[in-house]
Amino acid sequence: MFSIVRLIVSDIVKNKIVIVYTLLLAILSWSAFMLEDNQNKGILTLLNIILLTIPLVSILFTAIYIYNSNEFIELLVSQPLRRNKIWISLFWGISGSLLFAFLLSTGIPLILFADLKLGLIMLGVGCMITLICVAIAFVSTTFTRDKAKGIGIVIVLWLYFALLFDSLILFILFEFADYPIEKPMLFMVALNPLDIGRILILLHLDVSAMMGYTGAIFREVLGSITGILIAFILLILWTVVPFWISLIKFNHKDL
Amino acid sequence: MIRLENISKRFGKLQALKQVSIHFESNSCVALIGPNACGKTTLIKSILGMVIPDSGYIYFKEKSIKNDFLYRQEIGYMPQIGRYPEHMSIGKVLEMIQNIRKKTEYDDELLRTFQIDKMYDKKMHTLSGGTRQKVSAVLAFLFNPDVLILDEPTAGLDPLASEILKDKIIKEKKKGKLILITSHQLSELDDLVTEIVLMQEGNVHFHYPVETLQKQTKEERISKAIAKILKQQQYV
Amino acid sequence: MYPISLIAILLLNVFGLCQVQANTIWIIQKGISLKKTIAQIKDGDTIIVKKGFYQEGNIVINKSIVLLGEDYPILDGENKHEIFTITAPHVIIKGFKLQNCGNSSLNDLAAIKVLNTHHVQIIDNQLKNNFFGIYLSYVQNSLIKNNKVVSNATTELHSGNGIHCWKSDSLQIIGNTIEGHRDGIYFEFVTHSIIWRNTASKNVRYGLHFMFSNDDAYITNHFKNNGAGVAVMFTKNVKMFNNFFEENWGDAAYGLLLKEISDSYLLGNFFRKNTSGIYMEGTNRIKVKRNVFRNNGWAMQIQASCMENIIQENNFLGNSFDVSTNGSVVLNTFLKNYWDKYEGYDLNKDAIGDVPYRPLSLFSIMVEKNNSSMLLYRSFMVTLLDKSEKILPSITPDNFIDNQPLMKPLPL
Repeated sequence: MFSIVRLIVSDIVKNKIVIVYTLLLAILSWSAFMLEDNQNKGILTLLNIILLTIPLVSILFTAIYIYNSNEFIELLVSQPLRRNKIWISLFWGISGSLLFAFLLSTGIPLILFADLKLGLIMLGVGCMITLICVAIAFVSTTFTRDKAKGIGIVIVLWLYFALLFDSLILFILFEFADYPIEKPMLFMVALNPLDIGRILILLHLDVSAMMGYTGAIFREVLGSITGILIAFILLILWTVVPFWISLIKFNHKDL
Repeated sequence: MIRLENISKRFGKLQALKQVSIHFESNSCVALIGPNACGKTTLIKSILGMVIPDSGYIYFKEKSIKNDFLYRQEIGYMPQIGRYPEHMSIGKVLEMIQNIRKKTEYDDELLRTFQIDKMYDKKMHTLSGGTRQKVSAVLAFLFNPDVLILDEPTAGLDPLASEILKDKIIKEKKKGKLILITSHQLSELDDLVTEIVLMQEGNVHFHYPVETLQKQTKEERISKAIAKILKQQQYV
Repeated sequence: MYPISLIAILLLNVFGLCQVQANTIWIIQKGISLKKTIAQIKDGDTIIVKKGFYQEGNIVINKSIVLLGEDYPILDGENKHEIFTITAPHVIIKGFKLQNCGNSSLNDLAAIKVLNTHHVQIIDNQLKNNFFGIYLSYVQNSLIKNNKVVSNATTELHSGNGIHCWKSDSLQIIGNTIEGHRDGIYFEFVTHSIIWRNTASKNVRYGLHFMFSNDDAYITNHFKNNGAGVAVMFTKNVKMFNNFFEENWGDAAYGLLLKEISDSYLLGNFFRKNTSGIYMEGTNRIKVKRNVFRNNGWAMQIQASCMENIIQENNFLGNSFDVSTNGSVVLNTFLKNYWDKYEGYDLNKDAIGDVPYRPLSLFSIMVEKNNSSMLLYRSFMVTLLDKSEKILPSITPDNFIDNQPLMKPLPL
């Protein structure tokens, strides 16, 4: 398995897209801290990178890479290899490269410039979001053989998680403003990994504001150590479940 | 050696295999023939585990291949169109497969006669179709497997390479291996095959040893014999 | 151990300009009753209490005397008594450790209660685990200085205030530390007084509770981590200078709550990490100048009932929201503040941004209307909404604007 992971990683590195991605992230995050006069703004830039750029790049790159690796996968499947192993190696190869790119480019400035606890939370969330987006791309590609269609699907999914879902939440919040909906809303938020990650970071970044009325509930639920654990477990589920579905589908796929 | 029982496979509206049961023994060279889209490739891919049948069982050396993958150690496969990672060099591809197969003894006869070893650094996407076929052939024979599955092996090869490959196939057959070949060009198969399987629309039309076929039709050449049989059956 | 139980030493014979009376110093040790001594002595005498543990119930001081503790003698109220009750003027109490005064829901029992008098000084005492700490009612011209008032209150109901002042005038509350009471410092109907260099933290309700108290000043105090911060209400002409308001977190917690305040000054204060830095309601004609708001949830929440306030030359740094309001009419002036969220430019290099700044974000209005929207804070969608509102204001009030935003923070 390791040799396949290594092969994929070296292929991805030769691919140059990941190198460009690393450089882009590095430029964005270093300049966020160096150019802005206050550290808070740098953190906000990084928050946007984690919530927008990383999901988009991860989900798109993964989908495209899987479609382009069709031949490779076919070749491997005809060899004495377990299909599970091929698929899992592919997952670790891709997500490993993306994680490495993220940690190398964003991790260093984050650790250097941000408050340690906040920095660690942001790194954790960034890594989880990378994994989740890779997993979601994996499951999307098993649903269609058509590359164009597949890429369309992942872009729509990204839009949904980054934008549409929140609009829906906002709509519900105002539509049902007269009802006690804070707790149900918390469960709803669990349906969007980007929101889980965002609120986890918010609880450390905007402590003061989050301590307000609704914030108090978030803090009760998500601010404690158990809350952080639950949130990360949810994020892990968001990785494992989509990938597991894709694995089952791949095991029954005809090549 | 390989036994298929009631294999069915449907791709959307197309029923690719209909309740196919067939049996291949070692020390034979089987030609799978039939018109386009008759299910030859699907059958081969089912044996390789690349296509997963909707129903039925496949046994390799009396063991079901379901949830097994190690049996592929003993199969060399040469696909119809060899598709490889475009950015990899030939050397890398060979190295990778060698890594996966974990064998230490190689049959590198084809590697040398096709002179593939002299273009290790060439990237896959720079290769011509013929050269790719040569790489596929090299890979299929490299690990000296008990079973060789060759999907249109000579298509795209120049006559010289084609001859080299045929000689190699004959050589391997003599070692007592099972060789499965699909081909359109029946004339190519004359001096190779011992059994003929004719497939039509997902069914096995017939499965005869070559001698039986020759006796029945009183034709020396396989292509003619088959043509005759098909004609006879049409008129019946 | 000490055979002599009462020592009365004639130490000094002081002949003042018009004073002919001799003042006596009395020394109290273990076994000597402080109460009885007070009954015997006369105005102007001094009592020195040696180190020790004394339980004498309620001690009434109805003479103008000086009480000095040596090495902090402990006076214990046994959880049922008020310890000192001062009714005479010109009393000084200094250097005592007063603990465990009674807890009653009928009377406001205190470690030191001062009633209907003037010129009292309470200096350098340590108050521990009392219901009320220092309680002043109808007191004038008195000084409460360098006391440490600590209790361990957990609910508002079962606790009293640290320094409680009622209907008094010309008080000086200086350098005290108050912890774990209901309100750290409580002012009601107190005028012409000063609160200077006190620290109030971890009190259940307010660090400073200030009502109907005109013409006062509180300067350089430190209010940290109190249940609801600081409340200043129903008052005219207060001066609030150089105070620190920190870490007051929660639903109804404010660094500073201003309610029905007018003609007052808020200068040079520092607000840090509060859920709401300043919450203003019915506040008119106050000047908010040269303050620093850093890392608050909301730096300022200005309700629509506020008018003619001037918010000038403040630094707004790292707050989640700089300003929010519940109305659409704005009658306050923002001028020359530094807003770290300002993205304008300064072409003529006069250190003032060329484009006006609108400190009110669309999302802060949404949160004001629907608290739960905080759930979506900093999501991409909200950022988009805010940006578009900044470019084309349609919901946020038109005149909620700083026309001369500073390019660099003020050196405060």
